Amino acid sequence: MSGDASGYDGLAFDDRMATVEFRVAERAHIVVDSDVCRSCTTKACVTACPANLFAPTSDGGILFNYEQCFECGTCYQVCNGEGALTWTYPDGGHGVVFRHG
Amino acid sequence: MTDVIVVGAGPAGSAAALMAARDGLDVVLLERGPFPGSKNAYGGVVYGRVLDEVLPGWWEEAPVQRWVTRRSTMLLTETQALTVDFRSTDWGQAPYNGCTTFRADFDSWLAGKAVDAGAQLVTSTVATGLIVEAGRVVGVRTDRPDGDLRAPLVIAADGVNSFLAKEAGLLPRTQAKHLTLGVKEVLSLPREVIDERFGVRGDEGVDVELLGCTRGIPGGGFLYTNRDSLSVGVVVSLEHLTAAKVRAEDLVADLKAHPAVAPWVEGAELKEYTAHLIPEGGYDHLAELSTPGMLVTGDAAGLCLAAGIWLEGVNFAIGSGLAAGRHARSVIDSGDAKPYRKALEGSFVLQDHKRLRGAPDLVLSERVQQRYPGLVADLVQGLFTVTNPAAKPGALRLLRRAAKKNGVKLRHLLADGLAGGRVFR
Repeated sequence: MSGDASGYDGLAFDDRMATVEFRVAERAHIVVDSDVCRSCTTKACVTACPANLFAPTSDGGILFNYEQCFECGTCYQVCNGEGALTWTYPDGGHGVVFRHG
Repeated sequence: MTDVIVVGAGPAGSAAALMAARDGLDVVLLERGPFPGSKNAYGGVVYGRVLDEVLPGWWEEAPVQRWVTRRSTMLLTETQALTVDFRSTDWGQAPYNGCTTFRADFDSWLAGKAVDAGAQLVTSTVATGLIVEAGRVVGVRTDRPDGDLRAPLVIAADGVNSFLAKEAGLLPRTQAKHLTLGVKEVLSLPREVIDERFGVRGDEGVDVELLGCTRGIPGGGFLYTNRDSLSVGVVVSLEHLTAAKVRAEDLVADLKAHPAVAPWVEGAELKEYTAHLIPEGGYDHLAELSTPGMLVTGDAAGLCLAAGIWLEGVNFAIGSGLAAGRHARSVIDSGDAKPYRKALEGSFVLQDHKRLRGAPDLVLSERVQQRYPGLVADLVQGLFTVTNPAAKPGALRLLRRAAKKNGVKLRHLLADGLAGGRVFR
């Protein structure tokens, strides 16, 4: 999803995300239960996540990557699948590091 | 023995820690990021009047990018822009009005003040949950080994997602209706280019708020000048963004491509992209401000003012944090949060929110968001388009025409005008 295609303003999404520092933790701080996602018709997380970390899979589930997460909380706020998302903060000192926030 | 555990070294937490430490209390200030501000992003301006009393002369040392001396509000349609532009040299000298800054710098600076006052800042540490005994919060669990911390008072300053307030039942787990998503690009431009494009000099800066640039999704855009960069972004209703299935970065791209904005950002290079949620529910959707053993401050409590022409958050965070820290001792001694609540009720923190409680609904309403920018722009275009050889059409006829074209009935205009008068009176 967040592939190589050039963004709307000519900036590839990966290049956009490459401007952000992430201190990636070993532990995934967000866990997605794809079985719950399969019954979700909206999959709001896919477009709402500003880091574009949620991708629908061919079998109706969701593929999720925690590494380049802004920790904003958008995904669990818009998720309508009961228990689909387990959301915690990354371990202390890890995750996103904003310099110009 | 720790007296107060403050969770989150943002503006609310550091302000709380500062005042509690000054009062002689033993304060631990927890921050989950590697340094204060590392998890924070804002769309904005810091209004520092709230600091005058506690950090006199703060403007001499705060890590300011530029002082806002020029404030513009723009109504946009795809092809038009109407700007109300105000500038004041008063805002460019002490005691100043507002400044632009980066949160990594500002939050670290304010946390440093708390440390100077004696608070112990512990970074890279997550408060993973509350320790509750007999219905009373008596501490927090952390992700450090043997990381339980106990104290007679916990101050939750853990931001918009406040899992502590949620765990205590003071804040709903989800509330997309009352949240906005802010995304921001910081774009590099040489200082002299910014000075030239925005008509400012030295430390002077500009704050531009834009309405009508978010494809009808309730919200708005912003553009701020930093020393040698611009902060450009949008803030949009999370509920409506989700329903529209629009990606937030595309809205920023729209904004940057608008004919009124593009010349400002031309040639600027992306330095950092950030995203953050903002609690914009206003007075009617604040968190409960306390539970036995815990006070809630700042974004965690929903204390962020998004009232159209007033967009303020950091000052409300600081104001509520100062109140929590100032009254920590009496809250501990009496076992009652009343002194904190009373302090908030007696200050701008709750008074502004209460007064402007109707603003979020009005400002984010369909007509204000989708129809009025076009109506006003069409009206002004009509006034200034010379139609010779036809005579000038007259203002009322132009208003009728603009209202019709934008699907607004004049009685709606009147009703909204009255509603606006009530909200902003």
